[in-house]
Amino acid sequence: MRLNEQQQAILNGAQGETLAKVMLTLVKYGEAFNADKMVAVTSEYNHLVTSFGLKALTPVYELMDKILEAGACSSQKFSADPRPVDKNVPANFLEKFIFNKFMYSKQDFYEGQLEKLGLLNKDAFTCTCYMNEVGNKPKQGDILSWSESSAVVYANSVLGARCNRNSGIMDLMGSIVGYVPHFGLLTDEGRKATWVIKIETTKKPEAQLLGSAIGMKVMEDVPYVVGLDKWLGTELDDAACTYLKDFGAATASNGAVGLYHIANLTPEAKQLGEALIAEGAKEYVIDDAELQRVYDSYPVIWKNADATPKLCFMGCPHMSLEQLKSWTDKVESALKEYGNSKVVIPTVFTAAPAVLAEFEKTDYAKRLKATGVITSYICPLMYMNNPLCGKKPVITSSNKLRTYTTARYYTDDEILVQITKGGKA
Amino acid sequence: MKTFKGRVITPGTVTATALVSHGGLNTLASFQKALQFGDKMATCGDQNNPDLYGKQMCGKALCLPQTIGSTTGGLVLYCACAMKRQPACLLFSNPIDSLALAGAVLADVWLDDVSMPVVDSLGEEFLNYVQDGMQITIKEDGEVIVE
Repeated sequence: MRLNEQQQAILNGAQGETLAKVMLTLVKYGEAFNADKMVAVTSEYNHLVTSFGLKALTPVYELMDKILEAGACSSQKFSADPRPVDKNVPANFLEKFIFNKFMYSKQDFYEGQLEKLGLLNKDAFTCTCYMNEVGNKPKQGDILSWSESSAVVYANSVLGARCNRNSGIMDLMGSIVGYVPHFGLLTDEGRKATWVIKIETTKKPEAQLLGSAIGMKVMEDVPYVVGLDKWLGTELDDAACTYLKDFGAATASNGAVGLYHIANLTPEAKQLGEALIAEGAKEYVIDDAELQRVYDSYPVIWKNADATPKLCFMGCPHMSLEQLKSWTDKVESALKEYGNSKVVIPTVFTAAPAVLAEFEKTDYAKRLKATGVITSYICPLMYMNNPLCGKKPVITSSNKLRTYTTARYYTDDEILVQITKGGKA
Repeated sequence: MKTFKGRVITPGTVTATALVSHGGLNTLASFQKALQFGDKMATCGDQNNPDLYGKQMCGKALCLPQTIGSTTGGLVLYCACAMKRQPACLLFSNPIDSLALAGAVLADVWLDDVSMPVVDSLGEEFLNYVQDGMQITIKEDGEVIVE
């Protein structure tokens, strides 16, 4: 890999041993991918995946300390993934004890480290940092050093920024030196699609289910999706962006997708069309039967598969303002239909603190509260990491949450019936 | 016995028992419980991986196509190494992915007393041939002997 004078000097130790090791890490990382050079990070802000003071990640905090002690902070401020704990979210005494005294006992310490390293503000904790209300929204063509699989795939696909699927710690290191290795999704060639996905469903496919099917099929490749514009339209309005947020998160967590193109909708697909499809691209047709096959393939690992759900999480990744509003309407309407005044399963809608603040300014907030739904900034995934959740029947329409935890997946429509009527959908 | 040749990502020699995943290894889902709750043998917690779920990963020659899932993957692997709960080696049939590479590089650069040789690009035939329980020896030049 060619390094410029400044990069080489850092590697040689001109700015201290710690920064030299940071640069060495990035160089080794790039060389394995045959990166030809390092390129400057151009986004205004960074985003980090690690937001939780988990005792088990002590080696990470020790590494962070080394970086802080060396004064190797980034000039770029950053947002981070959601906090793992919120007192508004239902938890029994034992769960609270495990969260606060055992699992996330390092939360305050770690947030202190993040502030020193350049956290954007005290509420900059969300996996959907790209929401307008949050303000960490890169421009098309920006080079990023982000992590968080759902945010990276959104930034690449919907915003047209350029970012590899960086791991936690690597995200911070690229931002500290201001350079990232030039390979993969940073290159024109790496952004070409090696799969063509044909959508042939008879109704709008469930975003989280479609993303799951594609992720499991293409793994880390780039898919070019044809036929989805029939259902989403050709403009990236709030509804389309919300759909793609959930779709992308499922492609990234059920597989390892870092970029997708939607014909006639996402920016590069609109600009370049089928020129984005690489020669010899494979094909995957998705119809109603294929989506059903994928749905039926999900294992149910509850101890009692027929258990009554004890908790419902919506918002992994965090919900948009549009989603909070539309779900308020849906929950109200369904409760009326089934003759209930409040949700019958404790239900938590999660969103970014800044999105929740905007939501609170609307009439919808009072209406949603009246249905019994709780809003929170929490990361459902981190909540469910406690050992007691293994025995707790939690339902969700998030395919990401399903993948990483014991939560059971249902479609949005099924979830709505479960939380407003009860019983099986 | 069969020999395969791959690309050395992190050098080293080791002999260990094979543990094979034909699907992608979801690093967070696989390791999170083990790291959080003191499971020194790193029992795989990924319900979606029938090849590995419930099996001990620590000290095994982990054979896989690639890793998938959350971008915490690299730091989770780094932590597994720092806590000495890592596989004896990682053997990828595909070219290594960015998350696994991050974990391997972070461990290599920042940890002094940890060894986890990593070899990639061993080819599809490697993953078709190797089975749980086989003995695997890695040599410095990326040669992998399966017997």
